[in-house]
Amino acid sequence: MPFVNWLKRNLVVLAGLLTLGYLLLPNVVVTVFSFNKPKGRFNYEWQQFSLDAWKDPCGVSGLCGSLSLSLQIAVWATLGATLLGTLIAFALVRYRFRARGAVNSLIFLPMAMPEVVMAASLLTLFLNMGAQLGFWTILIAHIMFCLSFVVTAVKARVMSMDPKLEEAARDLYAGPFQTFVRVTLPIAAPGIAAGALLAFALSFDDFIITNFNAGSTVTFPMFVWGSAQRGTPVQINVIGTTMFVVAVLFVLVSMLAGNRRNRQKA
Amino acid sequence: MSTLTEAPPPLAPQAPEPKPPKRRGRWTPYWLLLPGILWLVVFFALPMIYQASTSVQTGSLEEGYKVTWHFATYWDALSAYWPQFVRSVLYAGTATILCLLLGYPLAYLIAFRAGRWKNLIMILVIAPFFTSFLIRTLAWKTILADGGPVVGALNTLHVLDVTDWLGMTAGDRVLATPLAVVCGLTYNFLPFMILPLYTSLERIDGRLHEAAGDLYARPWTTFRKVTFPLSMPGVVSGTLLTFIPAAGDYVNADLLGSTDTRMVGNVIQTQFLRVLDYPTAAALSFILMAAILLMVTLYIRRSGTEDLV
Repeated sequence: MPFVNWLKRNLVVLAGLLTLGYLLLPNVVVTVFSFNKPKGRFNYEWQQFSLDAWKDPCGVSGLCGSLSLSLQIAVWATLGATLLGTLIAFALVRYRFRARGAVNSLIFLPMAMPEVVMAASLLTLFLNMGAQLGFWTILIAHIMFCLSFVVTAVKARVMSMDPKLEEAARDLYAGPFQTFVRVTLPIAAPGIAAGALLAFALSFDDFIITNFNAGSTVTFPMFVWGSAQRGTPVQINVIGTTMFVVAVLFVLVSMLAGNRRNRQKA
Repeated sequence: MSTLTEAPPPLAPQAPEPKPPKRRGRWTPYWLLLPGILWLVVFFALPMIYQASTSVQTGSLEEGYKVTWHFATYWDALSAYWPQFVRSVLYAGTATILCLLLGYPLAYLIAFRAGRWKNLIMILVIAPFFTSFLIRTLAWKTILADGGPVVGALNTLHVLDVTDWLGMTAGDRVLATPLAVVCGLTYNFLPFMILPLYTSLERIDGRLHEAAGDLYARPWTTFRKVTFPLSMPGVVSGTLLTFIPAAGDYVNADLLGSTDTRMVGNVIQTQFLRVLDYPTAAALSFILMAAILLMVTLYIRRSGTEDLV
């Protein structure tokens, strides 16, 4: 029974690949349906092949505006969260201070809290302060929930850093500032980059917190949410597909570049 | 790449932090912490207090709200919306178990069996993140469409009879049933299970497997006695990272479910944004927060990994 034996040995591989299929199936559907020409307002049933949406990705009013707003918010939220988060990470790894436990829980809690709770409580704050809901309240909220993720990403990297490298720099008469810019920062850079990338992805795709604190401002996820009620244009599939392809290419290219650099070093 | 897989380290157990060296500049750490911590205090901690205060207020939108310590709101909210609470726990719990069952083989595959395909599979697990999750959730409407191939296959295999009996589906439909919501939740939070599982499986020394084999353990015994216990940190943080967001989610219940599948998140959302009954909404959100924190604490105690934070 060679087949049964083979099956026994590779059962976990088959199960894993099935899960991978489950994870990727919606992306396949999104891509295929970006070439659809739906009959009604909703793009849920396959009708016929068409390139209409790809030729005119901004053809739906409000779509590209919401996309550019989401990109702007994501860029600013990434900058803010990365800056504040990196400072906290360095303080946590490099210094002894009081209230360390309190700081750690304040970083951990936003990640252990359902989004809807953070969203609702932040809204009560804004309502009580009489704040105008819109771009700024969204940005404030995004920096808040991205911060913890940046801290953990940067902290992991800084913690694994060899302190001898900085000592060496000091022994070679580098000042504190020079040591930081020429030695510490380059070593911490991958952690900071990973934190920033995560913050960007989280902010760009956030719906629940934005839904509560956006007022009448429409980000891209808010646009998709609205279209699920009114009618889904094919163009959102075009944008979803493009985002997927760009992300995969970006990762592949950076990995290939990394491989080549490693080979050159060796 | 590797840092993305380490995304949930706060929940993963870490080695005890080495004592940081003493430095000059007593105030430097406080200056470094100040802006970020201030941000979290003002926009995360303070809102919790505002929310607690809102939940015991009475009044109306026109005349404004006042704190009257009206704790009855909590009782009213619970007695009116307990089915939604129960549903949240049930759906999120089922989705978490399914995520573990589906995610473990894939994490195992990436950690031990993928060979040169490892990086590619890893990319494929993370890449869907970059397509808006709302668009991907909407795709399930197509996949689970009435009379579509998936529903047809489930019907032929008599899966729908079983789920029907469990009360998860009704008739030949999957869309707008609890099954669709659980399916969406499972799908959306699966990567949060896979990544911590992979991180803890990856750390296991391969020689332990060989040793188990040398001692005549069958593969299943090796898994049960060696691999699975060593991957417990990943299981714990994976289940938490799946259950917490799933319990508060309202997107899947709204897009894939019906009015009979509303979860507590849906109630909080409508009360806050449509009905504008702020005290009830704040009370519900407060109960959800307390329930989750309590469950997480108990769970972490029981699983014996207290050094999670």
